[in-house]
Amino acid sequence: MWAEILVIVIKVVVVSSVLLTLVPIMVWVERRGAAMIQDRLGPNRVGPFGLLQPIVDAVKLITKEDLTPSGVKGVDRLLYLLAPSIALVVAISVFIAVPFGFDPGLKLFGHAIDGFIVAPNLNLGILYIFAIASLGVYSVVLAGWASNNKYSLMGGIRASAQMVSYELAMTISVVGVLMVSGSFGLQDVVLHQSGTWFGFIPRWNVFPQIIGAITFIVAAFAETNRLPFDLVEAEAELVVGYHTEYSSMRFAAFFMSEYVNMVTASSLIVILFFGGWTLPGFATPAGWLGALVSIGIFAVKVAFFLWFFVWVRWTLPRFRFDQLMALGWKTMIPLAVLNFLLVGAGMALRNL
Amino acid sequence: MVTYVFLVAAAVAIVFALLAIVHRNPIVNVLSLLVVFFALAAIYAVLGMDFLAAMQLIVYAGAVLVLFLFVIMLLNIKSVERIGSGRPLQAVFGALTAIAIATATVLAIRQLTPSWGALLPGSAKGTVYPLGHALLTSHTFAFELISVLLVASLVGAYVLARKEDR
Amino acid sequence: MIPIPYTWVLILATVLFGIGAIGVLLRRNAIAIFLSLEIMLNSANLAFAAFALKLAYEGHGAAAAAGQLFVFFIIAVAAAEAAVGLALFIAMFRLKETIDVDRFNILRW
Repeated sequence: MWAEILVIVIKVVVVSSVLLTLVPIMVWVERRGAAMIQDRLGPNRVGPFGLLQPIVDAVKLITKEDLTPSGVKGVDRLLYLLAPSIALVVAISVFIAVPFGFDPGLKLFGHAIDGFIVAPNLNLGILYIFAIASLGVYSVVLAGWASNNKYSLMGGIRASAQMVSYELAMTISVVGVLMVSGSFGLQDVVLHQSGTWFGFIPRWNVFPQIIGAITFIVAAFAETNRLPFDLVEAEAELVVGYHTEYSSMRFAAFFMSEYVNMVTASSLIVILFFGGWTLPGFATPAGWLGALVSIGIFAVKVAFFLWFFVWVRWTLPRFRFDQLMALGWKTMIPLAVLNFLLVGAGMALRNL
Repeated sequence: MVTYVFLVAAAVAIVFALLAIVHRNPIVNVLSLLVVFFALAAIYAVLGMDFLAAMQLIVYAGAVLVLFLFVIMLLNIKSVERIGSGRPLQAVFGALTAIAIATATVLAIRQLTPSWGALLPGSAKGTVYPLGHALLTSHTFAFELISVLLVASLVGAYVLARKEDR
Repeated sequence: MIPIPYTWVLILATVLFGIGAIGVLLRRNAIAIFLSLEIMLNSANLAFAAFALKLAYEGHGAAAAAGQLFVFFIIAVAAAEAAVGLALFIAMFRLKETIDVDRFNILRW
């Protein structure tokens, strides 16, 4: 009983602290990566290669004054204060259904770890992730509404339309993966992808379902509000959109939630389409070593997609809003449906 | 434990449903309704209907209420009228009617013999499989009708909200 | 077994239905009416869930699954209804600059 609770507490603490520690690292990667792509130096004054810059940034944000715009009072003020917390809570709680390593039946304090996932017995798996992630839009919408600022309001309106539209494509593009693995649990999805075809092609879902993978990745960019889909904050049009009025740690909460969402999105891309912690032709060793190696493989894959997010952000220009909507409804959703029809047809033909 | 979760969720649902219909700020109405839907999702979860709990959150909380917020923000509705204002007589009769309906139904329910609930058969690993199986075997026609309805409403919404370009 | 009598769930559904009905009858803002309507739809869902609970306990598995599927269908219908309804409100707002339903008496003459 107590060992069980202890194991769960340890999982929660480790996962949330790793997620929040990744934020400053990603900020550094983003700034240095942007500098590299734009042929300049980027932050290099604080610490070696500017590695301590995020700490200085954090100190600056903590010590800044926490402003509330004038005219925001009563219920609006409550919503204004609530919005950043919603963003961060949603971003972190999505991650509890994400498995991040191979568990060969390890025990901690005499209790089975039950897989490297905070909530192993959640039957819903990816449905839970979609259910909670779809609440993230409320933080943006509420911040936009409660800020009493027309640019923030525009950001909120755009966010509500954009997130609902791309959520459809995202959900449909996952259906193919769920069909072949026959389960909503992400651990089963990963286990289904171990091994190879013809001895050299990894059994990753990305190869048979390349359309689904592309639509999922594009929709993930839209759901995390990253360029080329950051219409919600579009600094050239809307100042910075929904968080224009926020300062100090409330601004930082939005910022952190964006990076945590990126980590979650990268993890989902890796799990659903790139084999999770499996590597073809590599047998995971037993015991704790194997667990650590599998977590390492997973981390490397996730790190690649995190870099991919940065890379795309500083390479592609922003869409126009009508282009965004047209892409979402006229291209992404039909492609996602096509993917799942193809997968269904393939499965039916194999069973003939 | 399960009983307490149910009772707390039920109380939350009732309080926030009242807030959703009496408050004058439309955003507060929508958010109270969000809390109601959350409470209902919790109730579905403790009743062992995990698929319905997920659907409740994905469809209602994630899409329908966001649409409401979108329209409220688009039309910039700052506040709505006090409940029952403008037509006092109708308000009294309306409230009496609604309360009478509710009371009559509660009295009718009290005639039923209460029995415990049980999980859906075959749902040891979640209700998705038994529900999906039933959906695509015995309820295929209803399922197809729903898809037709969704397409019709998509087209209908587009036609209604479109700006006439002449 | 789930230690909740299905009648409790039914009573909660009834109370929510009453609250929703009061909202529909007493409010004049179209969006507020629509929100109350969603409460009523949800209470219907809850009633279906309650009876599914009872049927599953009595061993009618197929009927219990049908009860839960009805909730699924109602959720889908509610989504369709919300899309059309909100489009209607936008069209109404373009016409009269308000969505107070008492102002939409133009069919009266």
